[in-house]
Amino acid sequence: MKVYLDNAATTKTASEVAELVSKISLEDYANPSSIHSQGENAKKIIDDSRKKIADSIGAQANEIIFTASGSESNNLALRGLALANPQKKHIITTKIEHPSVLNTCSELEQQDYTINYLDVDNQGFVDLEQLQKSIREDTLVVSIIHANNEIGTIQNLQQIGQVCKEKNVLFHTDAVQSYTKTPINVAEQNISLAAFSAHKLHGPKGIGALYVKNGVQLKPIITGGAQEKGLRAATHNTPSIAGFAKAIEITTIDDIKKMVELRDYLISELLKIDNTYINGAIGNDRLCNNVNARFDFIEGEAILLYLDQEGIYVSTGSACSSKKLEPSKTLLALGLKPEESHGSIRISLSNYTTKEEIDYTIEKIKTTVETLRKMSPFKGGTNNVQ
Amino acid sequence: MYSEKVMQHFKTPKNLGKLEHYDAVGQVGNASCGDVMYVYIKVENDAIVNIGFETMGCAAAIATSSMVTEIAKGKTLTEAKKITRDTISKELGGLPPLKEHCSNLAADALQEAIKNYESKKQ
Repeated sequence: MKVYLDNAATTKTASEVAELVSKISLEDYANPSSIHSQGENAKKIIDDSRKKIADSIGAQANEIIFTASGSESNNLALRGLALANPQKKHIITTKIEHPSVLNTCSELEQQDYTINYLDVDNQGFVDLEQLQKSIREDTLVVSIIHANNEIGTIQNLQQIGQVCKEKNVLFHTDAVQSYTKTPINVAEQNISLAAFSAHKLHGPKGIGALYVKNGVQLKPIITGGAQEKGLRAATHNTPSIAGFAKAIEITTIDDIKKMVELRDYLISELLKIDNTYINGAIGNDRLCNNVNARFDFIEGEAILLYLDQEGIYVSTGSACSSKKLEPSKTLLALGLKPEESHGSIRISLSNYTTKEEIDYTIEKIKTTVETLRKMSPFKGGTNNVQ
Repeated sequence: MYSEKVMQHFKTPKNLGKLEHYDAVGQVGNASCGDVMYVYIKVENDAIVNIGFETMGCAAAIATSSMVTEIAKGKTLTEAKKITRDTISKELGGLPPLKEHCSNLAADALQEAIKNYESKKQ
């Protein structure tokens, strides 16, 4: 059995999306910036796609900028704002952002920016009071991830947006993990910018979008032609843009309900294993497809590779699997000790995940944890050498 | 990422577990780094007649633990003292560069066990 449970990393492209991408690649290959009729056809495909994505978040079509990834969208948001508003040198973000926000902020910090990294509680929620107090006259933007990529905690955008509105400061959210899985409405949630990516929702890889509210001053980080209102030069990727718009239809309310059921079933079964904990939020404030479990006295990479042998594909926040050998910043921000972060794995479901796959996964996780704990010197949490 | 030999030792480790009767133990690593190894040795006539290990750690940590026990078993203490991190890494067909430093602790655990044995004897 092959069970792909790493959908927060990327998803399988839906077959209807792949077919559409292929069809457009073969038929509507003309450059949408060309004024001949073939170019016009391609432009129409882009316009329709843009409208569809805009409608799904309550935005105007001209507020959607296509990019090549979620990471690029986050970069364009932060760097683009910084370039357009050089007098504002203060940014507020959180300790649990995706690296495309965290590392962009730390680079700006090395220039002359001051960055406030907001704390989160033990479930991963930001403190609204701390946010409110952190906002200054020269705050460029508040950038807060919608649903966290590791632990699946969904922030209350409505409340955060309200604070930003009252303080008259721009609000950017990285909605790469949450888009199509939990509602986002830029008007109701007072969002000024938001980053999206297609490959997390069964769309093509290499295509993303940034919502930029009309009136927000931004400068491009890729200069060249006048595409995307001059904010993102490059020949349009018509097939992937159409594939992105198609992909947002893939996840239905029923799919979400099914994922929630499977997620909660998986969580309740894993919690039956001794010394096992769930990282992140409980219930409705957790992304429908995210489970992050911590198994004490063993290490995540070893768990991952044992599961890999059984055809189950997950990921881990263990330092041992990171290229820098550092524990996950998100898990540490929850208050976990480094030794507790090592035994955590992330299991992320998709529309296509079945009950049978989850049952198989539960069985294999139980035997894996047992096997690795037998090897470990810390079988019950104490040193067993007399 | 890992050599076949590493995966083989990781999946089916040799000499796994604490020995019922042992003369000395070597403990290295720390939990906050993610790797902890205990190597237990039973010594007769200055030779390692039995050896076992317990490891919490990644695939490299488990595989190097298994490998060090396999190499050291039956060796005299003088021979066993020559076993280094390099020996283990070479026998395993190499380790990813990052793992050489952090997870290749098994030889250290063995040397620690021998040291403890010798200090007890004195």
